[in-house]
Amino acid sequence: MVDRRLVTLAALALLAMLAFMTIGLRGNIAFVVQLRGLKLLALLQVALSIAVSTVLFQTVTANRILTPSIMGLDALYLFGQTALVFLLGGLGYASLNGGMKFGIEVLLMIALAMILLWPLLRARLDINLMLLMGVTLGLLFRSLSALLSRLIDPNAFAVVQSASFANFNTLRADHTILGTIITVVAAALCWRARHVLDVIGLGRETAIGLGINWTRAAAGFLLLISILVAVSTALVGPVAFFGLLVAALAERLMRTQRHGLLLPAAALVAVIVLVGGQTLLQHGLGGASTLGVVIEFAGGLVFLLLLVLGSRK
Amino acid sequence: MIEIENVSLSYRDVPILRGINLCLPKGGITALVGPNGAGKSSLLSLIARLQPLQTGRITIDGLPVDTAPSRQLAQRLAILRQDGAVASRLTVRELVNFGRFPHHQGRPGNDDLRLAEAALMQFELQALSDRFVDTLSGGQRQRAMVAMTFCQGTDYMLLDEPLNNLDMFHARQLMRSLRAIADERQRTAIIVLHDINQAAAHADRIVAMRDGGIIADGTPEAVLTEDNLEAIFGYRMQITQLAGKPLVLHHL
Repeated sequence: MVDRRLVTLAALALLAMLAFMTIGLRGNIAFVVQLRGLKLLALLQVALSIAVSTVLFQTVTANRILTPSIMGLDALYLFGQTALVFLLGGLGYASLNGGMKFGIEVLLMIALAMILLWPLLRARLDINLMLLMGVTLGLLFRSLSALLSRLIDPNAFAVVQSASFANFNTLRADHTILGTIITVVAAALCWRARHVLDVIGLGRETAIGLGINWTRAAAGFLLLISILVAVSTALVGPVAFFGLLVAALAERLMRTQRHGLLLPAAALVAVIVLVGGQTLLQHGLGGASTLGVVIEFAGGLVFLLLLVLGSRK
Repeated sequence: MIEIENVSLSYRDVPILRGINLCLPKGGITALVGPNGAGKSSLLSLIARLQPLQTGRITIDGLPVDTAPSRQLAQRLAILRQDGAVASRLTVRELVNFGRFPHHQGRPGNDDLRLAEAALMQFELQALSDRFVDTLSGGQRQRAMVAMTFCQGTDYMLLDEPLNNLDMFHARQLMRSLRAIADERQRTAIIVLHDINQAAAHADRIVAMRDGGIIADGTPEAVLTEDNLEAIFGYRMQITQLAGKPLVLHHL
């Protein structure tokens, strides 16, 4: 039997998608529908990858207030953008070959994740140390970006600024299809492993006692997470708190930590927030702000709320 | 049979275990006793592959613990840790059902559900079965963890201080349940115990450790002598006999 809450969420998500596709439809309908369809696909891809990667990350690290951005992947992305602007100038950056840039960004971020994961795989390091390494590297990349952005001219800095917030308005269709395929495959792998994830949620020692090869499983899941994060970051830019918002909402709603329920709930919540929010901003508020900024704001509030509620327990 | 050959362990040059050799045949209850820091828990976690072997070799029914598939080992060996905290928010029933995971990999059959219910009943957890584990008292949680370990249904059970937080009633009941499955189903329990009289009353064999080595090994009658106990714990205590079992007056 399918959970009633999931059905409701699915209905809401469908409604959001329908609204996104149909509101204010005029002019050359075929053209607009095709444009919006691709944009919707990108939004869905980002929603799925952020939701799945955050839930997975919180399970593997046994921490409900972490997001994958702690591994420093988005900081590396930002540093990459700043370095490109620094080297090529604002105009050169804007005229870069999009597909090549996308591919290299994804590969670089996965490479960083592999460097972080390698010692873990060799069983020489525990997860906490790896996370600390991620935080430190993130700090390094952030400082380097800050240094570079002080050296470039103000016009070029504006380009960096716009690249450093998630932007759902300038999604590029050619990357979207590739990103979607990667994300769907990764999400399907997680779905197949949902029972293993439940056991991993019990903690390292209990999971080993129940026959999980912890090192291999944890490293595998962290690799999946980095692929998901890399793809979505390269597509729209960094979204640190969005995953937190989605995972926290899904958990409150489902009142369980079974991944068979949690993963689809988080994905559906992500779709509702992202697609619904984009519709609202575009048509309700006349594109007054970028959704990325709003989501970061709301996600930050949720994060603080979680901290306060958690400390009261 | 669990075979431990020449196992040593050290953390940053501090030796924890020094060349342990031990053979634990199938069936029966073995109690590990010794003062704090003797290396009992470390030995158990090495047997249960919770930490990597540094030197030596440990096999369970011929399967080396460091290279055999984890799932295969989990069908033969269950471990209850001393600090049995679980990270997830789970009900008692969900937790106990996880004990069957090595057998069904997430798709429990009727047998698995039945065995989990039986474990809930055996440890009087039916009334608590829909409570969240993090709302239980320490003793109730310990019973839930024990029930999960029991329903894993393995030939070997490693229990690290299972009597922690249990009242006298439930401590006695747990020891009797262990005795029953050891006698009736030829299952094997290796228990770290601090209550030496529980060991005397229920164990078939006592292995005494101190400073990372084994210093006495044998039946309760053979190990529990005044000289041995002084060598293990560092002070002299009186021993009497009651109902045919040695009774150590360690608190006087």
